[in-house]
Amino acid sequence: MHMKRRAVAVALLTAATVALTGCATASSPDGTASADACAPSTGKVDLTFTTWIPGVEETVAVWNKANPDIQVKVQTGPNGNGGTYQNFFNQLKAGNAPDLGQIEYDALPNFRVQDGLTNLAACDGVLDAKSDFVDWTWGQVNFGEDKSVYAIPQDAGPMAMFYRADLFKANNIAIPTTWAEFATAAEQVRATGGYITNFSQSDINQFAGFVWQAGGEWFKNDGDNWTVDLTDPTTTKVAAYWQDLIDRDLVSTNPPWTDEWNNAYNSGSNWTWNSAAWGANSIASGAPDTAGKWAVAQSPQWKAGDKASGNWGGSSTAVFKGSKHPYEAAKFALWLNTSDEALTMLNKSANLYPAAKSGLELPALKAGVPFYGDQAIYDEFAIASAQVSPNFVWGPTMTQTYNDVSDGFKAAVSGKGTLSEALKVGQTNTIAAMTAQSIPVNK
Amino acid sequence: MSAMKTDSERPARRVRPVQSKNPHAPRAPRESPLARGGALIVMGVFTLYFLVPIWWLLVAASKSRSQFTTTNPLWFADFSLFENIGNLVAYRDGVYLKWMLNSALYAGGGALIGTIIAGMCGYALAKYNFPGRELIFNVVLGGVLVPATALALPLFLIFSQISLTNTFWSVFLPSLVSPFGVYLARIYASASVPDELIEAARLDGAGEVRTFFTVSVRMMVPALVTVFLFQFVAIWNNFFLPLIMLRDETLFPVTLGLYAWNSQVNQIPVLRDYVLIGALLSIIPLIIIFLLLQRFWRNGLSAGSVK
Repeated sequence: MHMKRRAVAVALLTAATVALTGCATASSPDGTASADACAPSTGKVDLTFTTWIPGVEETVAVWNKANPDIQVKVQTGPNGNGGTYQNFFNQLKAGNAPDLGQIEYDALPNFRVQDGLTNLAACDGVLDAKSDFVDWTWGQVNFGEDKSVYAIPQDAGPMAMFYRADLFKANNIAIPTTWAEFATAAEQVRATGGYITNFSQSDINQFAGFVWQAGGEWFKNDGDNWTVDLTDPTTTKVAAYWQDLIDRDLVSTNPPWTDEWNNAYNSGSNWTWNSAAWGANSIASGAPDTAGKWAVAQSPQWKAGDKASGNWGGSSTAVFKGSKHPYEAAKFALWLNTSDEALTMLNKSANLYPAAKSGLELPALKAGVPFYGDQAIYDEFAIASAQVSPNFVWGPTMTQTYNDVSDGFKAAVSGKGTLSEALKVGQTNTIAAMTAQSIPVNK
Repeated sequence: MSAMKTDSERPARRVRPVQSKNPHAPRAPRESPLARGGALIVMGVFTLYFLVPIWWLLVAASKSRSQFTTTNPLWFADFSLFENIGNLVAYRDGVYLKWMLNSALYAGGGALIGTIIAGMCGYALAKYNFPGRELIFNVVLGGVLVPATALALPLFLIFSQISLTNTFWSVFLPSLVSPFGVYLARIYASASVPDELIEAARLDGAGEVRTFFTVSVRMMVPALVTVFLFQFVAIWNNFFLPLIMLRDETLFPVTLGLYAWNSQVNQIPVLRDYVLIGALLSIIPLIIIFLLLQRFWRNGLSAGSVK
């Protein structure tokens, strides 16, 4: 019996691989991709929605009450890279994917090249919704194709600088507004015994946010071929900047999200964190003893007077290929991500920072936050969100890219190799991984 | 029988230190104090190695969130364990308790039925002569080598065909199979169930099934308890299969639920506390079941070692 089961297993695995590569070749996304048909269904419709947003059930219950004909059932799991993305791919293979799913922006291209997403452009109101969202978030879901919409933006992670207002003041150090000033301030902070910030060796999407701010573009897709550019001059400049701070011991290199890392902030040894809107809660919970001493300012700029911001994180609500009710699914996704009611609830239960323009005006995001000395910190993030470049595109194999670059960064912070070398390895391996999946890529 | 054994073991253990002080005690192979001390040190180090994480978990679970990062990780601060447990149980209408119950059902039911199946299979392989017996046994042995995680994806695709994913059965049914259990049951049955006894039962008119359940099972108890324990622990700790199969939170076992929470810690910092306390509570059933069954279990493991 076991022998048989193993044989079946091998057969299925082979079949799955064949199917996967088949998909990838068949669906090289072109600029004129036609939207999938999108007509309303008759009668009562049941939708499934897989998401890991904590407490989303209550929000969905509000929808279900108001829409007896479109009932949404929430399914859940760990976060995307924690297993839910793999589950989506398994389900797409098996033909039982949910109608809707949460997908982060950096994972969307992967689902796109595997032909897992429904193009919602033909669905009622979807194309018109473009103006409801912060510009760059729309760029993340239409991949620059005018007549395509592969998901509805949900939340965003515009980046700004959290800093210890009390420490900068007490030591008479100016709040840096450019990266050059930031490096100078780093020397002054180091002289007091602290570190201006921590360089994260494994949050590659944070580093991508730095590159994004500087105007770098890691990936491009001209309709036929992908271009990978982890080693363009902009990225190299950003990498060299941080490499220099690491070499001079001006930034700490604790592994992020560990007790060590929390402690460095809690004890006042680390002074700033260039992070996303959602990071506000991470500091508050990781460094409780520093309540009231923090403030938020715009990220330092590469050129004095510039106004650019990066983004770290954020996700969308996508409709999977094979959903029988894309019309209703799109309707729900639009409500979930644009109605004040839903956005308020999601912000309350899960600290989501909305991608919708109207969401930035929610009363909850206008109030002062006690942990940050009652500063209305989300005003800063609203400004930052408007300054994020709409041109940054994610690649179709980000998990692999993150892993490869992260391996190199870990080595670099312990003195073996440099950040630039890590990015070069990331570049080579990403092209290799895309080639292996038969994704057309310029070499 | 086993009850008698433990009773007689206990006084003996109490006497042992006295014996070792007396060099003329009529005890057979005697260890040198050096070897004995060395062994104790090695054991001590390993005990420490295994217990420190559990100690850390206990200490961490007893702290409030603000004290978690600021106080000594290996010693208590203000003791708020029960308050934390209260919060955990109340969170999201007690979804944690539901997960614990699910785990108990998957592991308890799966291990019980799995043990019966493995016991019958092993007994049949040990006591009946039929063509292909060794082949079947070898295939089962081969099954021991296949990690359960490698089968999860194929199982998902198969269960998808019959629309059973995201159901109780999608985790329960695969849990019933235990190649190691079959192996152990066979070894134990051939060593401890005499053919004469089965012969006698047959002569007395008992059918094969009745012989198995009334006569043989009793002699196989240590092995069956071992199989049950192994299977229980394996299912309780099984994570990958539920991860792939289940989407409905109310079906999650506790391992998957805690993992899902842990993956959201960055968004909802309070979950970090719940993951810690939840992890602590989730090992308690394992500890209880080990303590209750360990005397059987010790017998079972050593079966066939002296022969």
